[in-house]
Amino acid sequence: MVDYPLDLLALQVFAGLALGAVYVLLALGLSLIFGMLGVVNFAHGALFALGAYVGVFLLGTGWNFWAALVAVPLAVGAAGLLVERFLVRPLYGRPVDDPLLLTFGLAYVVVEAIRIVFGKQPEPVETPELLAGAVFIGVGYFPLYRVFLIGVAALVVLALWLLLERTRWGLILRAGARDPTILRVLGVDVGRVWLLVFGLGTGLAGLAGWLAAPLQGAAPEMGVPVLAEAFVVTVVGGMGSLLGAVVAGLLVGVTYSMTSLLAPEMAKVSIFALMAVVLLLRPQGLFGRPGGLMA
Amino acid sequence: MIATRRATLLAAAALPLPALVRAQGTEGPIRIGFPTPLTGAFGTEAQDQVRAAEVAVAEFNESGGLGGRRAELLVRDDRLNPGEAATRTLELIERDRVDFLVGGLSAAVQLAINNVAKERKVLFNSISQSDAINEARDWGPTTFHEALNPHMTAGAVARHALPRFGKRWAFLTADYAYGHEMVRGFQRAGQPLGMETLADIRHPTGATDYSTFLPRIAGLRPDVLCLCNFGRDQQIAVKQAGDFGLKRNVKLVAPVLLYTARLAGGGPAFEGVVGGTSYYWRLEETVPSARAFNDRFRRQHGNRVPSDYGALGYGGVRTVLEAAKAAGGTDTAKVVEAMRALRYDYYKGPQYYRGCDHQSVQSVLVIEAKANTARGEADVFDIVAQEGPEERFLRSCEELGHKA
Repeated sequence: MVDYPLDLLALQVFAGLALGAVYVLLALGLSLIFGMLGVVNFAHGALFALGAYVGVFLLGTGWNFWAALVAVPLAVGAAGLLVERFLVRPLYGRPVDDPLLLTFGLAYVVVEAIRIVFGKQPEPVETPELLAGAVFIGVGYFPLYRVFLIGVAALVVLALWLLLERTRWGLILRAGARDPTILRVLGVDVGRVWLLVFGLGTGLAGLAGWLAAPLQGAAPEMGVPVLAEAFVVTVVGGMGSLLGAVVAGLLVGVTYSMTSLLAPEMAKVSIFALMAVVLLLRPQGLFGRPGGLMA
Repeated sequence: MIATRRATLLAAAALPLPALVRAQGTEGPIRIGFPTPLTGAFGTEAQDQVRAAEVAVAEFNESGGLGGRRAELLVRDDRLNPGEAATRTLELIERDRVDFLVGGLSAAVQLAINNVAKERKVLFNSISQSDAINEARDWGPTTFHEALNPHMTAGAVARHALPRFGKRWAFLTADYAYGHEMVRGFQRAGQPLGMETLADIRHPTGATDYSTFLPRIAGLRPDVLCLCNFGRDQQIAVKQAGDFGLKRNVKLVAPVLLYTARLAGGGPAFEGVVGGTSYYWRLEETVPSARAFNDRFRRQHGNRVPSDYGALGYGGVRTVLEAAKAAGGTDTAKVVEAMRALRYDYYKGPQYYRGCDHQSVQSVLVIEAKANTARGEADVFDIVAQEGPEERFLRSCEELGHKA
């Protein structure tokens, strides 16, 4: 057995947390939409890829990374609004697999549209100059951009938490997730709330896609592995739990990271093994409650 | 009533031209089955294989085909899955009645195709890297291998890189046959040169994040980090190794440095990476057949240049069609004989199939990626070394289990 220096182990944990931050960003939108609307959005990965390509397009027309960082979630979120209004809304109240099948098909349409518009070849995306290169973080060198992603993930989670827990709109959201009928009786336009939630969730998918582009470039199929990873995080954390998505994202990241050190060829399998164990011990996920409400 | 009248008409029409009718009735076009992973992690490379194969077919048909018989390419998506590839291959043979098979991209998938093809005694020309396909256990008398194999490729790159960049090597390897065979190739060529393997880290194929594999490699302080992976895996791994600052004191080396991965990864990420290849379009500056192939490809495909794996699609199809011409038909045994007799220079200089295993003996180029240049976005590599087409760079027939 190889002996691993403490520095390396610490760096490996840090790498896992940084990767976990990426997973958190991936999973938030999926978790939000499921938690509030009960819709399993299979188009999440495709919208992630769409986010990367909207960014590539904007870069091509002379925008910089930061401006795109603001515009991409708005654009993909707007696309999400249209999807909810015209495709998902007619399916509310029908069995859960109806919207699932719809979004499954939508994913194919979006990916194929990307292929038609941008071509099948992946596009390179440079790391923004300000964040290029590696920094020394005490135990070793680590890419600055990934440190930045930890910050972004923390900010997004904080903003989402404030929105849900500290605003009137958040109150309506949480109430709507528990009992839409009562809310409707109280005179709240639940349809509009759901519309905005769907837009927010898809906007987050787009944001995650653009943030991932400097790590791996943009490719039409880039959302396929992401969808699987986002589902693992959501299931481990508990479907629909915001806190769960955060804790599970970090846990999955560290699991992947430590496995890649100790048994690298098992890295991909390890996160599914983690999911299986969690499902055996706590079928509702770490923070899930029956009914799948936001914690 | 109508049916009888039509039959009579047909019979009447057929009378003056019995030869032509027979040619179309019993022989028809030459059908080439082309299974390749159009979707999946190697999709970009596979699509270029198809483009180049289309060039070979178009050239053949324009030059009159085989006594008027035209060639036809039947492309099938194997989704980078050996099971799927076996099914598609079986369909191509049984239902579509193909005369030959060319294709495959991925070591495991081409072996699956080869298994089906050799069982049914259909000629298969593989255009993807594999060592196993040369070995007596997997090889069959109808098996040809137009691509390089890992032993040749890794050998050429190791002999170039080791004296220049250092002896302490770390490998980051895609965990499947291609990756394993490449590492073996590097180590075997590196051993007499004093190579020291610090680590061979195997990552799952199709990984999109390498950040968790890189801290250990950085800690080992190797002279060379050898990325034995392919396609999008290579593109992402190179980018992320650079993000970790590894390129400052570690030379990045890849057994096969892909044109498509370099385009997708961008100039800054790939600058300075050294690797092997079977083909790079700028070979046209010294090799006339490369010039002719590139020009033809440019004309047919909107002025773009062929990639390395694309060019293999051309070589794989053209050799089969030329052999059919030489054999005067599509009878498998005769075409196999004609293939074995070929001494050809179709796109990259002299080549021939070795007698015992039908491995195409050919040159290996060593190339280095450079930053974006003013010469256009296709100008991405410099050819820094070349190993000639010589059998001494192949494993011997005896070692592969063939009787001499």
